[in-house]
Amino acid sequence: MPFVNAANIAKEYDVIVVGSGAAGGQTAYTLCMEGAKVLMLEAGRHYSPGTETPMFQTPDMAPLRGAGTPHKPFGFYDATIDGGWSVPGEPYTQTTEAPSGRFDWWRARMLGGRTNHWGRLSFRNGPYDFKPHVRDGLGFDWPIGYEDVAPYYDKVERLIGVYGSNEGLENTPDSPAGCLLPPPAPLVSDLLIRQRAKTLGIPVVAAHRAVLTQQLDFKRSPALLHPGNHKAQEILARHMRQRAACLWATPCGRGCSVRANYQSTTVHLPPALDTGNLDIVTDAMVSEVLMGKYGSAQGVKFIDKVSGAERVASARVVVLAASACETARILLNSKSAGFPQGLANSSGKVGRYLMDTVGSTLQAQIPLLESLPAMNEDAAGGDQVYSPWWLYREQRAGKLDFARGYHIEMGGGRNMPGAGTLDGLEWLTAGSYGKKFKEDARRYYGSFVHFEGRGEMIPNDQAYCEIDSSTKDRWGIPVLRFHWQWSQHELRQAVHMQKTFADIVGAMGGRVKGGGPITDGAQAIAPGGHIIHEVGGTIMGADRTSSVTDSWCQTWDVKNLFVTDGGVFASNADKNPTLTIMALAWRASDRILDLMRRKEL
Amino acid sequence: MDRRDTLKWILAASASPLLQRQALGGGQAAGTPALRGGAEQGTGYGSDPDMLKRYKAGEVWPLVLAPAQRRTVTALCDLIIPADDYSPGASAVGVVDFIDEWVSAPYPRQQQDRTLIEQGLVWLDAESRQRFTAEFAAAKPADQAALCDDICDPARAKEPFATAARFFARFRDLTAGGFYTTPVGFKDLGYVGNVPLPKFEGPPLDVLRKLNLSA
Repeated sequence: MPFVNAANIAKEYDVIVVGSGAAGGQTAYTLCMEGAKVLMLEAGRHYSPGTETPMFQTPDMAPLRGAGTPHKPFGFYDATIDGGWSVPGEPYTQTTEAPSGRFDWWRARMLGGRTNHWGRLSFRNGPYDFKPHVRDGLGFDWPIGYEDVAPYYDKVERLIGVYGSNEGLENTPDSPAGCLLPPPAPLVSDLLIRQRAKTLGIPVVAAHRAVLTQQLDFKRSPALLHPGNHKAQEILARHMRQRAACLWATPCGRGCSVRANYQSTTVHLPPALDTGNLDIVTDAMVSEVLMGKYGSAQGVKFIDKVSGAERVASARVVVLAASACETARILLNSKSAGFPQGLANSSGKVGRYLMDTVGSTLQAQIPLLESLPAMNEDAAGGDQVYSPWWLYREQRAGKLDFARGYHIEMGGGRNMPGAGTLDGLEWLTAGSYGKKFKEDARRYYGSFVHFEGRGEMIPNDQAYCEIDSSTKDRWGIPVLRFHWQWSQHELRQAVHMQKTFADIVGAMGGRVKGGGPITDGAQAIAPGGHIIHEVGGTIMGADRTSSVTDSWCQTWDVKNLFVTDGGVFASNADKNPTLTIMALAWRASDRILDLMRRKEL
Repeated sequence: MDRRDTLKWILAASASPLLQRQALGGGQAAGTPALRGGAEQGTGYGSDPDMLKRYKAGEVWPLVLAPAQRRTVTALCDLIIPADDYSPGASAVGVVDFIDEWVSAPYPRQQQDRTLIEQGLVWLDAESRQRFTAEFAAAKPADQAALCDDICDPARAKEPFATAARFFARFRDLTAGGFYTTPVGFKDLGYVGNVPLPKFEGPPLDVLRKLNLSA
C-alpha cells in the first residue's frame, strides 16, 4: 500500500521524509532501495505525470492561448499545479514592498514539487565552489570538498540521466566515462552564438540537462549504483528500461509522460515504491518536528488537508526535505521548553543566509537568422548549449569589480508560437499592419535569441527568513517573513552580464531589444526569489556555533534529525542547485543507513 | 468622444505596477480557497486546472464584449492580419473570440488590457465617425488605413494619437497572439515541430552553409 491515507500510516517507521521533490525523492529512493522503511509526507496533492502531462497540447486548446497568469505563472501548460509565487491560503510576508528588499517565494504544492517543471539544468559544483572563503575571504567554506561529493554526482548522473560533454574547463568538472549521455545537436542559433562568442573568448559548450538523449544503461548502471543488492538492481533495471528516450518534442517544463526527463515523480518515486518500503501520504502539511525523550526527535506533527485533522507520525529518524525555506519554517515553528528559539537552532542560524541566484536577461534580434526555412527546432525541449564561467584568470588578477562567477544560459530557435511570441514587433517593423505585418512576422519569427545570466550570490546577514507570528496560514501555522538585500558583488555582476550579452549580440550583428544593455545593477538584477534557486537557511559547517548541520546534513543539536534539501548549502555557486541537492541527499542517506546499521540512530 | 476625452483614459489605462505586484506577491492575507485550488466564481481557472481538456472562449469566465464592440474588433483584427496568399485573416481562425476571452479574464494583466482595449475601441469609432461619418467597421478600407497609419507606430505617433497608438500596439499583439497560436498560424510562420521524432539531426546542411556555420 504505497499511497496511504493519513489515518492508515504505520505506527513506526525507520525514517520520515518531509517533502517529495529532488531532495525528498532522492532521500526516499536511497533509503528504500537499501531496505529502510520510509514514510514520505507531501503537502500537495498526488500527481501522476503519466496521465496528467499535456504533452502535445497546443496553445489554442488552452485558456488565453496558454499565457501565464497568477494561477499558472509559467503558462497554462507548465507542470506546476497549486504553486507559484503565491499559493492560495498560504501567505508569507515581507519587511518592505521595495523590489530590492523583497524575496518572492516559489512553491509547488504537488507530489514531486518543483522537479516537475524545472529547467533540468544539472551542473556539478567545482572544487572552488565548496571553498569560496579560502579563495576570496567572502562567505563561508563548506565542511566538505568536491572530492567528497564527486562519487555522488557520478551516481546521480547515472541514475537520473544527464546529457552533456566533458570539456576540461577550470572549476567545471568532467564526469567519469559512462556518467553522461551524449548532448543533443545544437540549433542554428546555438551554432551562431558559439561561433561569434568564440571571437570574444567566451566558450559555448553543451549544456548539462537531465533529459535522456538515449535510453539509460540498464545493464551496467544498476550494479554500479547498488552493488550486492540484487533486489534494488532488478527494480532499477526495470524502471530504466521503462523510461523512454526523448522524443524531441514538447517543452520539458510541462513534465514528461514517457519519463524521458528527470522529475522525482517519474524517476525517484516509482522504484522506491516498488521496493514495498515506501508509504506516501499526500496532502500532509507538516507543521513541526516533535521531540521525544533523550533529546531525540520522535516524529512530526502534520495536518491532513483532506480531513483537516492534526496527526502525528513517528520514526527513528526525521529528514526535512521540504525546500530550504519550508524546512527553516518547520524548524523555527518547532518550539519547546528545551528549544525556545526553534529546533536545531542553538546557533541562531536557522533561516539565516538565504540565497537565490543572480539573474539577468537580455533579448536580441539577429538579422542573420531572419527568413530561414521551416525546420523543426523543438530539439531537447530546453537549452542545448551554455557558457560556463570563463573569467577565472581575470578575476584572480583583480580585473573585475565583483567576486564569483556566472554562467550563461542561451538560445533561440523556431519554438512553438505562444500568445506573446510576436509581441512588440514594432521596434523592428515601424508599426506595420496588414499584409506587410504577416510578411514581417514570417521574417522575424525564429530570429530572436535570449541570454540569461546565472550567477553566484554571496550569503549575507540581511538576507534571511524568520517566523511572522502575527500571520498564520489557513492551517493555522505561523508563516515566514522575508528580509532581503543584495551586495555590490551581485549588482555589479548583473551589470557585467548585461555588457557581455550585448557584446555577444554585437558580434552576431544583432540588435538588443528594449534599449539595453542595462547599466544600473538594481535594474539589471532579477528580484530575490525569481530565479527559484532558493538555498541556505540551515547551512552546513564545521562548527556548531555557526551552522545548523554538520558535513553529513545531520543537525548539530538533534542527532536523529537531518536536512537534505538546499537549506544546507553554505554557498550558492552559479551552478544550478538541483544536481548538488540530489548528490548531498544521497550522501546523507548513505550516512543515515550506516548509522542505523551501527545502532547509532 | 473628442480627443480631449481620451486624456481620461490615458490615466485609467496606464500600467499599474501595484496591480502586478498584488498578482505576484506574497503578503496578502489568507483567503478561503478550495483545497484543490479550484476556481471560485470570477477568479479564473484556479491553480489546478485540467490541462488535458480543450477549452473554448467563454467557458471558464463569461465574455464581456458587446456585439458592437466585437464588430469593431473584427474589422480591426482583419485589418492587422488580413487574408493573403498563404493564410486566411485573423477573424477566420477565432481571433475575435480570443480577444474577447482575453479582455474578459479576471486576472490583473488582462483587466488592465480590458481598460485599454475597451477605451480604444470607443476612441476608434468616435474618431472614425468624426473623420468619415461612419463607425470604424463601416468605413471604407482606405479610410480605415488612413486612420491606422496615424496610430500604428507608438514611436512615431504624434499627440494627440499617443494613447491610441498604445492601444493599437497592444491590439496588434493580441491579434498576432491569437492568430499565430492556431494550426493555421503555425503553418503560416513555418513552425513544424510538436511531432515526435526518432532522432534529432540538428540543422539542415543548406542552412549551415548559408550561414557559414559548422555543426
